[in-house]
Amino acid sequence: MTATAERPTTTIFRRPSSTTGLWSWLTTVDHKRIGIMYGYAAFSFFLIGGIEALLLRIQLSQANAEFLTAGAYNALFTMHGTTMIFLFVMPASAAFMNYLLPLLIGARDVAFPRLNALSWWIFVFGAIFLYSTFFFGTSLAPVGVDGIGGIDGNLAAGGGPGTFNFLADSPDGGWFGYQPNAGPLYSAGTAMDYWALGLQIVGLASLVSSVNFVVTVLNMRAKGMRLLRMPVFAWMTTVTSFLLLFSLPIIAVALFMVTFDRQFGSLFFAATNGGDPILWQHLFWLFGHPEVYILILPAMGIVSEILPTFSRKPLFGYSAVVFAGAAIAFLGFGVWAHHMFSSGITPVAQAAFGLATMTIAIPTGIKIFNWLGTMWMGRIRLTTAMLFAIGFVAMFTIGGLSGVTHAVVPSDWQQTDTYYIVAHFHYVIFGGAIFGLFGGMYYWFPKLTGRLMNEKLGKTHFWLMLLGFNLTFAPMHWLGLQGMVRRTWKYAPETGLEPWNVAVTIGAFIIALSILVFIYNWFTSRRRGQESGLDPWDARTVEWMVPNPTPEYNFAVPPVVGSLDHFWHLKYDQDAEGRAVRKPDGDEIVARIEYEQLNPAEPIHLPNPSYFPVLVALGLPIMFYGIIYHETLWGKALIAVGAIITLGSLIGWGMEPLEEPHHVEHEDHDQVGEASFDG
Amino acid sequence: MADLAHEMDLGHPEHESTGIDNRKLGMWAFLSSEFLFFGALISNYLLYSNRAGFTGVYPSEIYDIPFTSVSSFVLLMSSLTMVLAHNALSRGDQGGTRTWLFATAALGAVFLGGQVFEFTEFITLYDMKLTTNPAASAFYLLTGFHGTHVAIGVIMLLSLWGISRRQGELSEKHGMNLELVGLYWHFVDIIWIVIFTVVYLLSVPPA
Repeated sequence: MTATAERPTTTIFRRPSSTTGLWSWLTTVDHKRIGIMYGYAAFSFFLIGGIEALLLRIQLSQANAEFLTAGAYNALFTMHGTTMIFLFVMPASAAFMNYLLPLLIGARDVAFPRLNALSWWIFVFGAIFLYSTFFFGTSLAPVGVDGIGGIDGNLAAGGGPGTFNFLADSPDGGWFGYQPNAGPLYSAGTAMDYWALGLQIVGLASLVSSVNFVVTVLNMRAKGMRLLRMPVFAWMTTVTSFLLLFSLPIIAVALFMVTFDRQFGSLFFAATNGGDPILWQHLFWLFGHPEVYILILPAMGIVSEILPTFSRKPLFGYSAVVFAGAAIAFLGFGVWAHHMFSSGITPVAQAAFGLATMTIAIPTGIKIFNWLGTMWMGRIRLTTAMLFAIGFVAMFTIGGLSGVTHAVVPSDWQQTDTYYIVAHFHYVIFGGAIFGLFGGMYYWFPKLTGRLMNEKLGKTHFWLMLLGFNLTFAPMHWLGLQGMVRRTWKYAPETGLEPWNVAVTIGAFIIALSILVFIYNWFTSRRRGQESGLDPWDARTVEWMVPNPTPEYNFAVPPVVGSLDHFWHLKYDQDAEGRAVRKPDGDEIVARIEYEQLNPAEPIHLPNPSYFPVLVALGLPIMFYGIIYHETLWGKALIAVGAIITLGSLIGWGMEPLEEPHHVEHEDHDQVGEASFDG
Repeated sequence: MADLAHEMDLGHPEHESTGIDNRKLGMWAFLSSEFLFFGALISNYLLYSNRAGFTGVYPSEIYDIPFTSVSSFVLLMSSLTMVLAHNALSRGDQGGTRTWLFATAALGAVFLGGQVFEFTEFITLYDMKLTTNPAASAFYLLTGFHGTHVAIGVIMLLSLWGISRRQGELSEKHGMNLELVGLYWHFVDIIWIVIFTVVYLLSVPPA
């Protein structure tokens, strides 16, 4: 839709102009394409993290199993947690935010389209950097400290023939990287450097996109789209972005401290020299607890879109849901030490953090009751998306309740480092966030493809996943209360833990099966799914006023928003008892909207693609490889090369206009499409 | 479009919502994050600065307050010249803008020179290195990251100065860039005021 046909030029490169093929994806600044790339990358990491989990479960399905060594087990649970949190749930949420945020608020793109591309490329290069530890990383632990009882797969192939050991050189300090275990003394080699620097890069990607989303929400809303008329998912995107803005710098500092300790000999966490390992826990969890809400709030937003649509009622207590989300985020900064009740913090701190943690149940409870109130007396349609949303509410409530038991300090002491904790956070992150994300995929699939996903397969996926999920994680509650310890690769037969562990492993494979059903459904529905038309769900919000699949320019006519659930109110009136009644000309209204949105009255100018975001991002991992090997000459050379690529590309970026000048045919541009793209 | 919205209460349309330029709002959002970054670094320093029992010299034992006061004064004056650059541009005085931009960058560079001198003295005269003890590690990480921020600011100021020299003026787009660099520069100064007060002036010797 860009105006000029000839290839525009810039001062350094000729500007990319392809609209199809590999180059178009490398240089795109379209928020929808970036969202799609985020989605596929995140899902790929979901599969990798899932395979890691299955390997862990095979090891635990038998007492005293010899499938994995201790070292490989440590590596797998570290990479499983790191992958699922930083490389799956966060970027999957980012995929939804990227694709949907401008559509939800009636905009043509985010505030800074090129920065958006930059976030994506930084993320994907950071993720590749992190995983390249499998190929380049080394991990050398002194005998008797890293492994258990001196047995450590990192040193030599432990176990007998058939032992699974090729992961021995990957990060093995847990996703939380506790110090000094993950420091230079106890995790020699480079694996934990890949971990710390990889997370640093991925965090930078999130920081850049959170700046972008905050500005987008504040400045790019369509006419009439007041803050309290925004769909809840747009609100939760905003809240999540602020959480990221305020929590990422803390983990950035903490990861820098780790890197300096490991690479340059500083002594922040070296207990032998007066360093304080507990400081790491404070910094990590001061980030880590808001991070939990960064994972769950976008899914809460998704569910708050799905439930009203399929209950055919407005969201019950819209503003309460919004403010409860903000309250959860705010309180989330005051509860971090509940992860540290057993680390020796003072009784006063334990009491204070225990109480603060319980207060989180209040806004969370508000949300849950509002979701129930939304469904109450609604004319519910049990589509797959709706099933996942209901599954979210139910499973998240279970996880929330076990969370309250951790807020009770003496109870938490019993639960710390047992499978009870593992059960709890999988109920909130898998049963919560991931159920919500799958619901969103079914709900918004037509926006990507113009087709619907197969409902029959979708429901098979849902019921298999619900069954597998509960079979996997519910027994972990009692395993934990029976004393089964986390992060330990073996248990003795006489503990009697084996039967439930067999059940858990079977559950994990049922989840895997359900994911296969989903993948099959996704790819077949993309090609052969039923065509959706403009409004397959009789939806409420303005993203459904755009044709499916979404045109490159989003809105040919930007909406003028008159109320919350604007689209619904265009189609429906109220009868005397306040019930929604479809307007007699409802179908004509929808058809007219579709016609107007498919036929722009005048050419719409969009930001041009650019080489620079991908180039700026490319320099970062090169520099970071150099930091890991900075003592060698080629390490220093890598730092220089990476810096030159990044800085040079930044200069090119600065000299390149966002939009090339086009043959102006219409002087009276629409302000919304024209005036507001800057970066 | 109007017919889509007939019957609807349009209320007060919030068009181009806040009235603040996207880039400026983005810079504010970024700086809000930066406050937490330095907040973590300063807390980290305060935790270790006077903890008893470390080997080697503590940073608080060897601060040269008069020297650092002078370099702090230089950095504060650079905020003044930054304001003057901004003011000159708003009056359309391109030559003045250029002069004050260069002055700001030069003052920033003098501050950085002072920091290099300070670090060199600490290392050579007092043998306090990054690896000496956690207090020294925390001091170098904090002031080092602040210095890096100043250096990035100097590069941005010199870029604007160079563009202005080459093009003879700062265009409207670069006028906004000057405002953004100005915001960043004042932020870096404010952080230094906190660091100078909390780290240098209020330093408590080790127990």
